[in-house]
Amino acid sequence: MENNNMNLTLKVWRQKNADTKGAFVTYKAEGISPDMSFLEMLDVVNEGLIHKGEEPIHFDHDCREGICGMCSLYINGRPHGPKGAITTCQLHMRSFHDGEIIVIEPWRAAAFPVIKDLAVDRSSFDRIQQAGGFVSVNTGVTIDANSIPIPKVIADEAFNSATCIGCGACVAACKNASAMLFVSAKVTQLAMLPQGQPERWSRVQAMVAQMDAEGFGNCTNTGACEAECPKEIKMTNISKMNNDYFSAKLFREEGVHEHASSGE
Amino acid sequence: MSEFKQTFNSSLGKKLIMALTGLFLCTFLIVHLGGNLLLFKNDNGFGFNVYANFLTHFPPIEVIAYLLYLSILVHAIYALVLTIKNRKARPVRYAEVSSTNAGWSSKNMGLLGSILFLFIVIHMSDFWYNYKYSGKVGFIEYKTNLATDETTAVPYIPTSPNFEKSVTTENNFEIVRVKDLHARVESSFTNLIYVIFYVIAMGTLSFHLKHGFQSAFRTLGWVHRKYTPIVSFIGTWLFAVIIPLGFAAMPVYYYFTR
Repeated sequence: MENNNMNLTLKVWRQKNADTKGAFVTYKAEGISPDMSFLEMLDVVNEGLIHKGEEPIHFDHDCREGICGMCSLYINGRPHGPKGAITTCQLHMRSFHDGEIIVIEPWRAAAFPVIKDLAVDRSSFDRIQQAGGFVSVNTGVTIDANSIPIPKVIADEAFNSATCIGCGACVAACKNASAMLFVSAKVTQLAMLPQGQPERWSRVQAMVAQMDAEGFGNCTNTGACEAECPKEIKMTNISKMNNDYFSAKLFREEGVHEHASSGE
Repeated sequence: MSEFKQTFNSSLGKKLIMALTGLFLCTFLIVHLGGNLLLFKNDNGFGFNVYANFLTHFPPIEVIAYLLYLSILVHAIYALVLTIKNRKARPVRYAEVSSTNAGWSSKNMGLLGSILFLFIVIHMSDFWYNYKYSGKVGFIEYKTNLATDETTAVPYIPTSPNFEKSVTTENNFEIVRVKDLHARVESSFTNLIYVIFYVIAMGTLSFHLKHGFQSAFRTLGWVHRKYTPIVSFIGTWLFAVIIPLGFAAMPVYYYFTR
């Protein structure tokens, strides 16, 4: 059988923890099958490091089928590597060629501090979600599935926004490390649906406030997030969220009688 | 009031201010280009000088002019504040960054804007400041024969230091005396270095607005399946092509015809 195995040079970011300075370390990855996934290739390299008694390269991963949003890696200048619309775990070594030098960096953002090597702390996303990225419902009997009519187009678009897996590639790709694509997808998926209406205006304000508090950058509409998103979340989510945010802040009435009472 | 303060201090609020000031400056460009088309009229600057006098002496326009200067400053200052914040959001830079995922102008708005700011400072100090404050701009007298509609122009030295403009009619002649800004334009636009600088600045304007105009609409939240393509069309053809070309044509035209 023909052997297409590759020998690669990896330049990997190694960093002990958030408080120490990191640096690139060069490793050889030899005899790599083109059918391996990128993470399997790293597994092979790590096996070698463990055998030599060295500290293996730390990186995030979980489902390895592109749905959990746990894997990251900034590969040769692009989040999730050179292919579009996939996560790193779905990236295969056939996308590289024999002898290639591959630069592997962690997501770089103040709001995503490095835990170790290539693994970053993305709990800032969790806190944004907890600030309002949900629908409050009373428990009780299960409501009939189709009791709330939703136009097909709206249902599809809300679902598209809901496919965001929160991996953080948008932040990694953005030159400003802005989290707008993530936050807007989480805001818009609910803002489009009837179930999301009661909390629509408070949700957008709370989530944007949390986003700002986490220290993400500001959106300049470059479109890098949309180009690199493994789930192809659209930038129009950002504009939809802006629209809701300004409506909520400038025009929506909250408590008509509380502050605007006449007379005095 | 604190609620408004909080809104405009948020990341989106600051972007809202960038978008609104930017769009206001865009509308100004249309008016500025329209008025300056008078430079192409071969009338010794008669139309242009009268127009310049009108702009500087009509109170509503003066109010809008100060709003304009304020917008330029606010737009620049907020850009600086946002850029500093954006830099802080990524304290450790990437070693390698792909350039394929976003347009060049969208990633270089700060650089383009800085060049434009420098241009505006030089442009205003040359024309606006000299016209209004320095006294370096002389006067000109246009004498029009109302029967034949022929106009002759001669330099005019005002008798009073406060003289601005006069229109008189005597013996079938209309005499208009006004500041000769046109002469200053002519002398600037026949200087090759100046002409090159202007053309480069207008190229910069083109790239700045190619991204800026449509980006402002996105920031405001005005995206729509039907209208967004129109916004993009106007942003590209009017603001990134016609307007910069129109402005750049003025120095080039003067350089090659004078």
